[in-house]
Amino acid sequence: MTSELKVSGSLQNRLMLTLISGAAVLGIILFFIVRGYAAQIAQNGQDDILEASLSSILDAIVIQDGSIEVDFPYASLSMLDTELDDRVFYSIYNDDILISGYEDLPLPEKINAEISTFNTIKYKDTNARIASAKRILIGEKERITISVSIAQTQDALSRTLNRISKNVALFGSGFFILVTLLSYWATATTISPLMRLASSVTKRGPQDLSPFEKKVPSEMYPLVTSLNKLMTRLDLSLKQSEDFIAEAAHRVRTPLATVRSHADATLQRVSKKENRDALRSMVRAIDEASRAASQLLDHAMITFRSDNLQKEPINLNDLVQNLIDNLTPIAEMKDIELKFKQEDKIKLYGDFILIQNAIRNLIDNALKYSPYEGIITVSIGTSPISFLEIHDQGPGFPPKDLDNLTVRFARGQNSNGIVGSGLGLTIAKDVANAHGAKLKLSNHEKGGACVTLSF
Amino acid sequence: MKYLLVEDNHELANAICSRIKLDGHVIDHADKLVDAIAFSDTGEYDLILLDIMLPDGDGRSFLKHHRDLKKDTPIIVLTARSQVSDRISILDLGADDYVTKPFDHAELDARCRAVLRRKSGATQPIIKFGDVTFSPLAGQLSINGKIVNLRNRELRLFELLLNARGQIFSKQKLVDRLFAFDEDVSDNAIEVYVGRLRKHLESTSLKISTHRGLGYRLDND
Amino acid sequence: MRNFIILILILITSSLSANEWEDKKVFSNGKNTNSLRILSSTDTSFFAPIIKSFLDKYPDVKIEYFVTGTASLDEIFRKSPEQYDLIISSAMDLQLKLVNDGYAKKINQIEHPNWAKWRQSLFAFTIEPAAIVLNKKAFKNIAIPQTRQDLIKELRSRPTFFRNKIGTYDVRKSGLGYLFATQDARTSETFWRLMEVMGGLGTKLYCCSGDMIDDLVSGKIAVAYNVLGSYAEARKKESDEIEIILPADFPTNMMRTALVSNSSSRVKTSETFIRHLLNTQTEKNNDTAHSLPPLFLKPGQQTIILEPALMTYLDKLKRKTFIKEWERAIIQ
Repeated sequence: MTSELKVSGSLQNRLMLTLISGAAVLGIILFFIVRGYAAQIAQNGQDDILEASLSSILDAIVIQDGSIEVDFPYASLSMLDTELDDRVFYSIYNDDILISGYEDLPLPEKINAEISTFNTIKYKDTNARIASAKRILIGEKERITISVSIAQTQDALSRTLNRISKNVALFGSGFFILVTLLSYWATATTISPLMRLASSVTKRGPQDLSPFEKKVPSEMYPLVTSLNKLMTRLDLSLKQSEDFIAEAAHRVRTPLATVRSHADATLQRVSKKENRDALRSMVRAIDEASRAASQLLDHAMITFRSDNLQKEPINLNDLVQNLIDNLTPIAEMKDIELKFKQEDKIKLYGDFILIQNAIRNLIDNALKYSPYEGIITVSIGTSPISFLEIHDQGPGFPPKDLDNLTVRFARGQNSNGIVGSGLGLTIAKDVANAHGAKLKLSNHEKGGACVTLSF
Repeated sequence: MKYLLVEDNHELANAICSRIKLDGHVIDHADKLVDAIAFSDTGEYDLILLDIMLPDGDGRSFLKHHRDLKKDTPIIVLTARSQVSDRISILDLGADDYVTKPFDHAELDARCRAVLRRKSGATQPIIKFGDVTFSPLAGQLSINGKIVNLRNRELRLFELLLNARGQIFSKQKLVDRLFAFDEDVSDNAIEVYVGRLRKHLESTSLKISTHRGLGYRLDND
Repeated sequence: MRNFIILILILITSSLSANEWEDKKVFSNGKNTNSLRILSSTDTSFFAPIIKSFLDKYPDVKIEYFVTGTASLDEIFRKSPEQYDLIISSAMDLQLKLVNDGYAKKINQIEHPNWAKWRQSLFAFTIEPAAIVLNKKAFKNIAIPQTRQDLIKELRSRPTFFRNKIGTYDVRKSGLGYLFATQDARTSETFWRLMEVMGGLGTKLYCCSGDMIDDLVSGKIAVAYNVLGSYAEARKKESDEIEIILPADFPTNMMRTALVSNSSSRVKTSETFIRHLLNTQTEKNNDTAHSLPPLFLKPGQQTIILEPALMTYLDKLKRKTFIKEWERAIIQ
């Protein structure tokens, strides 16, 4: 009778998700950082070579016979050779006049003499990196400013960058996969104390309410402490309930017993009809009260116990035989024969006390409704499935009551005059349900009621 | 039979004692565990009726004491608890049977008989009247060595009349003793049973006489 | 008067529009669905077999083959790049600059060794050395120089014999000549000494290999420097008057290159032709006679490298300086 606990998410999944998404975010950030850094370094590499080339050209500027000569070495352009055959453009200006090179090469706004400037430009439908510097020469009569710019496309640079990006991405992915695996392992390890606690709770028998004593991680401390407190409360509550039931039984029954005995004794001494009738009805009332009390207490116990069945292997044949032996004196009083037909040996796995209680109630019912000098047959067998059947020779069940009789306190139409509280069948049905067994009420073809328990 | 009743509730004890005495038995009463032990150690009882809840201890310790001394007097436990688990544990401790309060004296009587029957085994007390042999514990009546198949009620009727032989047993009293409280008894129910018994005893020296307005009497002629 | 003006105009326009071709030939099989215009510096006789073998495979193409000098080729192409589909030249520097300046189309699907291509746009298909060619008769009693040094020595020792009997490219007119000269100059000082010696003795300057070799064969000149070895070989087959020496000190090997014009409207056909050209020139079949030296790099052999540095000597200022130096040396 435990309500379904709703499952919402999973600790392990949540932890893993956090770790993995954290790793993913970090990975992506790292990717961009590394890529940016790599781009910078690669660009620095290109800039360094452009700088060298630029210097070599600047160093070759001389004024010869009044005219400017820039006899730059083969190496100036040779050093700009790349794997992907990047294109090279340059321009040499005397003040504002182009003296050599590509006239449409875009120049930076300011060109320094001391430091080369670097820019990325778009030229001839492609990106190019341009380095510019100037040199001031003192001639005979004037100062001459020679500005040199040298530019190179970035095919090789892009490819390097792409290669780096790909490799970084690959490493990143590999790292990410590793993190995923690691986080799976880490979360499993972290969760394991919880799982261990859960399994040790599950392994406990239904009666074990002792506190958990094993060491637990500090985060689980509040949980386990609360759990232990809960179990102590539960244990106490159970004991209190059991004690209550026992106490209730005692307190109700002892005075009833006193009254009954007295009534019985008085009846022997009294002869007047109305007195006798009064005493008889008193005793009947007491019996009814007593039986009601017993069944109420039984019912309470069963409801209680159904949640924590103490299952064990039960030899049904022995159980029924013992019950029959115990109830035979009562049957004999009414000259009823209790027959036990054992067609087969049945072994059940269930709660001994509940099953004995249920069957006792059913046989008790049969005794109540059977006529004097009748036969009650209890049979157990295995065809088609394991069953226990109690057949009496009483009036049988009223056909339209068949479904209702197991409802609490329902009494059939033909129960007039018979002391009972109506809980007998309910008790049997509850026990059957707790064990996954079926209780069937029917009327025997030869007359009489038939109660069948199938397992 | 000599009974020992161990019960702390005096009213209940009185009621039980007077009822049992009606059947012709002798019964002693102890209301404390110590007294119970004293009584049972010194006296020879045929049956002990033991209440589990005693003011100065648990009836279970009496059971243990009884078994330790290897006494074989049968014990029937009277208790207000009716849990099956209690039943089982008490029987495990050595009680022979168990009856829950409030109990029907007829049931108590039936259980006492059953327990005594088991205990006496071969040595059953027998009452003989000429051709008739009656063993009250076994509940057997034989005439000329042949066992007569009597119904339970018939047997009890015979026993009642036999115990009170020579005296008139009123019809009312017979009804009280033979029928349960929740039974509807027809007016001629007793007549029917008496008639049946008479039939069985036809050939014997035991005769049941009807005394109109007074009751019935069994005589050994 | 009006007629006179019209005549002048006609002459002017025709001179302006008409290029002077060294050669112009149309190759066709009749039915043409496609055509190619090839602008080249290679003599038709050398290139015709390649065109013919192409037409065998692709008969519906009409090929117009225009031949001119390397310098004017570059000029003509730059002026109207849409007019021509394929540009073939022995001036590696000029070709590379064309590619650098964006005149060539990138053809990614062609597989070719790295050292023989640039930017997947310029494709080399021959390896041809620069050689010293001698008139055999003239060197009957003279030791055959194996290196530039040797040549200098020989020239110096017989000034009278060699006076006005030496030939080389006019680097001002010949693109290939300029290439050979500048490559020589950057490699070693020997070049300038040789130029001075040659200049001192009086050197005939030629615009083209053909003329130079003609004069060698006829005996007008005894030795020619930096002649295109392949042309000399071809001529040697006809008349064994000449001796071809590849300088042992440092060899200069040029590669003839081809490119597809970026403004061409017949890219697919151009691509197919280039593929055919490269396949022909790299075929390892020993029985097929190559009209042009194939593209096989012998072990240890080096060519002029296809790199941006080739543009160095195309620089206006550097060219001016070089030519000034060269003129000073060779023209005395």
